[in-house]
Amino acid sequence: MVARVQLPREAKSGEVIEIRIAIQHPMETGFRYDLAGKAIPKNVINTLACRYNGTEIFRAELGSGIAANPYLQFYTLAEASGEIEFSWVDDAGQRGSERASIVVVG
Amino acid sequence: MRTPARRRFMSALAGIAAVPLLPVRVALAQADPFAPLVQQITGGAPVKGGRVTIDTPRLADNGHSVPLKVSVQSPMTAADHVRSITLLSEKNPRPVVATFHLGPQSGRAAVATRVRLNGTQRLLAVAQLSDGSFWSGSAEVEVTESACLDAS
Amino acid sequence: MTGDWFVPGFSRLALHVFPTSAHLRICAVPLLLVFALTANAAEPQRPAPSRSGIEFAGADIRAMQADDFANPGMLWVERGARLWQEPAGRGGKSCASCHGDAKTSMRGVATRYPLLDPGTARLMNLEGRIMECRERRQQAEPLRYESDELLALTAYVAHQSRGMPVNVTIDWQNRHNFEAGRAMYYRRMGQLNLSCANCHQDNWGRRLGPETISQGHGNAYPIYRLEWQATGSLHRRFRSCLSGVRAEMLPYGAAQYVDLELYLAWRAYGLPVETPGVRR
Repeated sequence: MVARVQLPREAKSGEVIEIRIAIQHPMETGFRYDLAGKAIPKNVINTLACRYNGTEIFRAELGSGIAANPYLQFYTLAEASGEIEFSWVDDAGQRGSERASIVVVG
Repeated sequence: MRTPARRRFMSALAGIAAVPLLPVRVALAQADPFAPLVQQITGGAPVKGGRVTIDTPRLADNGHSVPLKVSVQSPMTAADHVRSITLLSEKNPRPVVATFHLGPQSGRAAVATRVRLNGTQRLLAVAQLSDGSFWSGSAEVEVTESACLDAS
Repeated sequence: MTGDWFVPGFSRLALHVFPTSAHLRICAVPLLLVFALTANAAEPQRPAPSRSGIEFAGADIRAMQADDFANPGMLWVERGARLWQEPAGRGGKSCASCHGDAKTSMRGVATRYPLLDPGTARLMNLEGRIMECRERRQQAEPLRYESDELLALTAYVAHQSRGMPVNVTIDWQNRHNFEAGRAMYYRRMGQLNLSCANCHQDNWGRRLGPETISQGHGNAYPIYRLEWQATGSLHRRFRSCLSGVRAEMLPYGAAQYVDLELYLAWRAYGLPVETPGVRR
């Protein structure tokens, strides 16, 4: 699963920063049929969590109403330098993760 | 029954005949499609309209992917912040689109994503604040079908 | 490109058919009639002014394409960048082993495709070239057309030419491909009996249902199409249009599609490569 994370490399302490993530995933609804007429089973990323130096700062429960190749943008307070880590799981049990570092000054 | 009475009669007839042509809004007792879902989320607690904004195009380019941003007016302090935002769809086969969990460390209560919309419909976002209160906001999106069949 | 290439051949043919002026005078009227009837096929036309498909797209799609992070096609470009470094095949070579840094070696490549393969004299598009490299030079498992890997590599390679103008050469070597592509472009097809030209040459800018018809250029491919919920190739777009007019879709990689790609590339002359484009 290709995933990309975007967040500022550096931020001031107490600054509200924007975090974005984009994941390559079909978010299969379960309502589509293949060329042979068989239903394609539902498989969506159902949970996505974001941790900042180990503490959860954002969590999303997603459904088939989220578009394919999910894109999420949210905010957090820049507190300390460290790692911002994403982890997610889909209906088929496939797990994914991606991380980025941030340097917080002041 | 010559002119004046006939005129009165004819205009009365015309008046009656014109009634169906007038843009009369018939207020049917329509059930709010969101009500049972909101009930599940709030457990019966009242939901106040306001503070929640859904930013999304009025006309979607394609129902498969519609950009959407939901934001809640909140200082996002430890004492007063948004705990969660639930996004509901009126016409999708699965009405709960997503639930986002935030906290005081979020700094700003705003989440953007892209949603799938199964046709023209209303969206409702219900936010739960740290004091247990619920607020909501809605948006209407027009979704059209593609001009051509695509069997690629 | 002007019509210069067309005239010399015709003159030589004329000398053979009409050795004397008397011959020419007798045949003049029927000849002129034939020429007049085929006159619209004489000079290939580009839309004026040339506009990329993105200019016909709505604000949301334009914003999506302009934002490299929000552009879902970039996920495929990212995958392509990883595949570029991955060793494959018997020699354990990666694309990078021969081509080095794609940012330099692949820069401008997409603007010149489709190209004639000097070895087989076959017209090849970018996908075909990558498949051939993979199979012949890397001696690796061939990549299937429209597979995620091929889309990723094609998007990655084409992306290195982003911003550069499409600059395909039509000469005596690929002229027959160009003519075949042009013939297909103007051929009415399917139950709806429409040609590519009916929409994209004659009616671009007009509305078709909720959409505005574009000029049908290929400068942004592979694209992320919202309708597909995925990235797809130009051949997939051809198949979309063919099914749209209820015509039989040719298989991916068909030579007719590659000829059509050449004609489209000529039509898009000067437009910037936008890969990965975002379209509805």
